[in-house]
Amino acid sequence: MTIFAAPGQDGSPVTYKSRYEHFIGGEWVPPAKGGYFENPTPVTGENFTEIARGTADDVERALDAAHGAAPGWGRTSPADRANILNKIADRIEANLELLAVAETWDNGKAVRETLAADLPLAVDHFRYFAGALRAQEGSVSVVDDDTIAYHFHEPLGVVGQIIPWNFPILMATWKLAPALAAGNAVVLKPAEQTPASIHVLLELIADLLPPGVLNVVNGFGVEAGKPLASSNRVAKVAFTGETTTGRLIMQYASENIIPVTLELGGKSPNVFFDDVAAAKDEFYDKALEGFTLFALNQGEVCTCPSRALIQSSIYDQFLGDATARTQAIKQGNPLDTDTMMGAQASNDQYEKILAYLDIGRAEGAKVLTGGARAELEGDLAGGYYIQPTIFEGDNKMRIFQEEIFGPVVSVTRFDDYADAMKIANDTLYGLGAGVWSRDINTAYRAGREIQAGRVWTNCYHAYPAHAAFGGYKNSGIGRENHKMMLDHYQQTKNLLVSYSPSKLGFF
Amino acid sequence: MVVERPGRWGGEAIERVLLTDEAAELLRRLTAMHGPLMFHQSGGCCDGSSPMCYPDGEFRTGSADVHLGDLVVDGLDQPIAFWMSANQYEYWKHTQLTVDVVKGRGSGFSVEAPEGVRFLIRSRLFTDQEYASLGFL
Repeated sequence: MTIFAAPGQDGSPVTYKSRYEHFIGGEWVPPAKGGYFENPTPVTGENFTEIARGTADDVERALDAAHGAAPGWGRTSPADRANILNKIADRIEANLELLAVAETWDNGKAVRETLAADLPLAVDHFRYFAGALRAQEGSVSVVDDDTIAYHFHEPLGVVGQIIPWNFPILMATWKLAPALAAGNAVVLKPAEQTPASIHVLLELIADLLPPGVLNVVNGFGVEAGKPLASSNRVAKVAFTGETTTGRLIMQYASENIIPVTLELGGKSPNVFFDDVAAAKDEFYDKALEGFTLFALNQGEVCTCPSRALIQSSIYDQFLGDATARTQAIKQGNPLDTDTMMGAQASNDQYEKILAYLDIGRAEGAKVLTGGARAELEGDLAGGYYIQPTIFEGDNKMRIFQEEIFGPVVSVTRFDDYADAMKIANDTLYGLGAGVWSRDINTAYRAGREIQAGRVWTNCYHAYPAHAAFGGYKNSGIGRENHKMMLDHYQQTKNLLVSYSPSKLGFF
Repeated sequence: MVVERPGRWGGEAIERVLLTDEAAELLRRLTAMHGPLMFHQSGGCCDGSSPMCYPDGEFRTGSADVHLGDLVVDGLDQPIAFWMSANQYEYWKHTQLTVDVVKGRGSGFSVEAPEGVRFLIRSRLFTDQEYASLGFL
């Protein structure tokens, strides 16, 4: 067991500065209007740094820098770009503990997760896209003996990226690695709830990238995100967030006729067929953990397995065991490596979850465990902590249909395969799903029938690079974590070449 | 575009969306800064399930949206329209919504975020009689 000292205290691997500016053209640039906003840690609720409050002027300045850098960066050889991505990965790896503690302080999540998941995955994503770029090839079509179509990948130019707050560094990496690999310059806006940790990362990697290739403008959505998303100077916008903002970004994009990629969340079913309980063995234990993963990252995951569907014949037994497993979750100081669940990322998120606990009860759902705020002591008393909560109810209830984005799972039963698929697909969303069965045929059929972009089969919440991730239905457009994301950041140039000296004969 | 009308029960109009005094006060301040406003209820992740407040007309509504009501705020010349995606409303229609405000660091492009507050929806189940008079039973 290790308890890390809070940033800035003796022995802590990281110290935050008292203020962070924008990062534009390779330099730290104060905001044009001179404003800053306070950034609290969800661990204690106390402010720990202040952040430049960006406006349209800052976005324009960042776009100037990006447009200055994009042509040169786009012409850099794939080998050189890949080498830079690999060096970024090495730098993150060499500073893993420092970044993990910084991330925990900014976001509130347990350091166990930042050490074992967020940062190692970020390292791997940069390396994956370095490799994917080196292996990417254009194509040649033989139209006829004398006519050849050559297809080249070309960067889009300057792209805008708006990052969510649930995995601040990792979500930035998901977007940055393919965009930079593909040869684009980027203007990125971090979430205003978690704007600080990315600046610790930037300080570590700033010297590796040519000035202007990566620019970060901080600030609020309406003041900095909107001018970026609606700018006619970006060739693409990538956004992770919610549906209304996703639609608004598409509306802006329609004015500029540019593509978007959107990741807009889900209400993922986690389906447990009865053969899971055929033996009380290692696999059964794994399935119980799979249920309990709703509490990973305090439930603040777009793919949170927030609907558990359990077959009637094992319902009472499985749910009883799963409830015991949930009650064993250790909640506490996020900087303690034994802590399994930390703080919610912000006060408004905290309030929203509490509002859903109210409506779940009002709709008649039964609370099997949790259902309230968690009262922690000492410095943590001011933080945003919620008890891991299991509701039992019906799929028509709002707690089964809306993304609570907290440590809350809504459980219901199904009778047979058809019933399971009907309930699983009765949702507006289609990002993730889980299927648990010892029967390969059941697992395969269910995985193909569930309308979701990612169906974890006998596992959950794994996010390796090299496996495509993205949504069906209202959950968005595009596939991240995979080489196909390079295509989302590239144009196709076709040279259609005639090697025949003969004229057409038309004129 | 579907325009939902309030139902009636016992002579009283049944509103689908209400407003707390704190939210009304914030809307007066925000209108002074941004001009007339509108709401569109969001779904999905991160800052989803929250009402997004925009300058009126900033978000283009269409045939995929339901107009749940117009919030009348004392002191404002025009009411504030409240919208939701029609497919989302199918799962919400049995509840009466109240726009409230809490301290926080909102997101999306909603106009209140820089003020250090966030609009929040509180929900109450309609009674069977109310639900019937709204035409749902």
